[in-house]
Amino acid sequence: MPANRFNGFTEYGVGIGLRIPHYQHILSKKPVVDWFEIISENYMIDGGRPLQILDQILDQYKVVQHGVSMYFGSASDPDPEHLKRLKQLVRRTNTPWLSDHLCWGSVDGRYTHDLLPMPYTWEAVKVTAERIRNVRDYLEIPIAVENVSSYAEYHVSEMTEWEFLNEVVESADCGILLDVNNIYVSSQNHSFDPFTYVNSVPAERIAQIHIAGHSKFEKYILDTHDHPVLDPVWDLYARTIERAGPTATLLEWDDNIPSFEEVHAEALKAHRYLAAAKPTKEEPALEEAAK
Amino acid sequence: MSELLELQRRVAAAVMQPLTRAETMPRKQPDGRLNRTEAEAMIKPNDRLTSFDRLEIYNRQYWFRLYSCFEEDFPGVKAIIGSTRFDKLMRAYLTERPSTSFSLRNLGSKLDKWLNENPEHLGPRPQLALDMARLEWAHIDAFDSAQLPPIDADELASINEQSILKLQPFLRVLELNYPVDDLLIELRSENGSADSSSNNASIERKRRHVRRVSSLPAEEIHLAVHRHDNSIYYKRLHREDYRLLDAVLSGKPLGEAIEYAFTDTTIPEEERGAFLQQAFATWAELGWFVTLVK
Repeated sequence: MPANRFNGFTEYGVGIGLRIPHYQHILSKKPVVDWFEIISENYMIDGGRPLQILDQILDQYKVVQHGVSMYFGSASDPDPEHLKRLKQLVRRTNTPWLSDHLCWGSVDGRYTHDLLPMPYTWEAVKVTAERIRNVRDYLEIPIAVENVSSYAEYHVSEMTEWEFLNEVVESADCGILLDVNNIYVSSQNHSFDPFTYVNSVPAERIAQIHIAGHSKFEKYILDTHDHPVLDPVWDLYARTIERAGPTATLLEWDDNIPSFEEVHAEALKAHRYLAAAKPTKEEPALEEAAK
Repeated sequence: MSELLELQRRVAAAVMQPLTRAETMPRKQPDGRLNRTEAEAMIKPNDRLTSFDRLEIYNRQYWFRLYSCFEEDFPGVKAIIGSTRFDKLMRAYLTERPSTSFSLRNLGSKLDKWLNENPEHLGPRPQLALDMARLEWAHIDAFDSAQLPPIDADELASINEQSILKLQPFLRVLELNYPVDDLLIELRSENGSADSSSNNASIERKRRHVRRVSSLPAEEIHLAVHRHDNSIYYKRLHREDYRLLDAVLSGKPLGEAIEYAFTDTTIPEEERGAFLQQAFATWAELGWFVTLVK
């Protein structure tokens, strides 16, 4: 399950997001890191320092692309220029899979630059799945869609968020980037059991997992990516790994970014759970004996 | 119209409406509809938040993200016109020219034109602020534009009056009324590097502190904004250099460009050959010439 057709049959381990404040450390110290996730939009440019840095990173590390503005759920079609530039970057990075969010954010050519929640309707399932298929066919690589943190729910919704996610990925036949922090944030904002969500997701489609920190307020939780991962999120991570096996995992830290060592150490805490989920060498033999 | 499209248009209209001075969602939409009614029609309340409260989270996030990005891109304009006026400018510009690009990098692409149409936002020294806006956009544009292989010496030696030269896509030339280059270098070194795209939410608006610039003596300057070893440089040019590069960039054959460069010049005719030789040698060394169109 960890290596599957939705992540290009890779086993990537634990990575962190590539962020500007860490460039110098990474290039000079060359720390051992399983892989880096890049925000595609920061490198969909024609030249200059960001691409120079990216090429140096690509020489030494495995890189996976993660997007923030494909907006699979927007009713309007994506900008052809966006797709063209994204494909150029895919060719440059050789990313084994590409992820973006199960959300919308643009309409009539105007961009909000936010991850707005979907109405969980059958029409939205159809539109979103078709968009994912089209993007995958154009880019010619596996796609994984990420569940977002949300602060609002629509009256028109006809199903739960996890039912919507399942319908979309089955219909599009794509992978899932399961963000367990986002599940936790949304569960608190919408009063549902986050384990129901995790247990409902088709484990065989999980290509990657995101972990992150969040900020709690009196009336809601905000997905700020500016803290270490909190215990309830680790609990959801453990359950996900239990179901899906040791899956490529990435820590997101986007605000008040501490030193590289601190971010990496936080990400590596995932090994506690991944090690527990890995079958030992004796286990297959025992299973055979049991048969 | 599909129900999905209709809902997304309504939500986007609500999310993108300007915040109040207190950075909250306004009570009414521009067409007079109550935001509370609009929110209740689309969004479920919960036991802690009303429909309005929930929509307001997205309204605030939209503006916090755009303000943060815009302030990162134009610290010089903010230093010249001051925080209060800059806030009004951002709000008006981003309301009238919302992002039409998948990338936040392009947020300020229409600012120069918009400021020319809306000079009331430029404050008491409009030309100074406008010059700074133009330089800051040129900097952003030069930072990540393409760099093509330079032409070789033989090719450069073969050019004649009919040649149409092509220059590096990252090269921008500006004619300015104030020496804003030195000021921007100072401000940028005080404030560190630019922001980048991410997918997290912000607790509050990130304000960027910049030192207020009280005045700057007027001085006409000509500037090349270019890139070398992936760093941005501002190179002062002679008026004739600027006119020549500007003409070449606009696609004029070299002969016409040279004629344009020396129109109303103070450089004596007998010195012009040496002037051109020096200019071309410098630009070739910087790798600005890329290919001959013909």
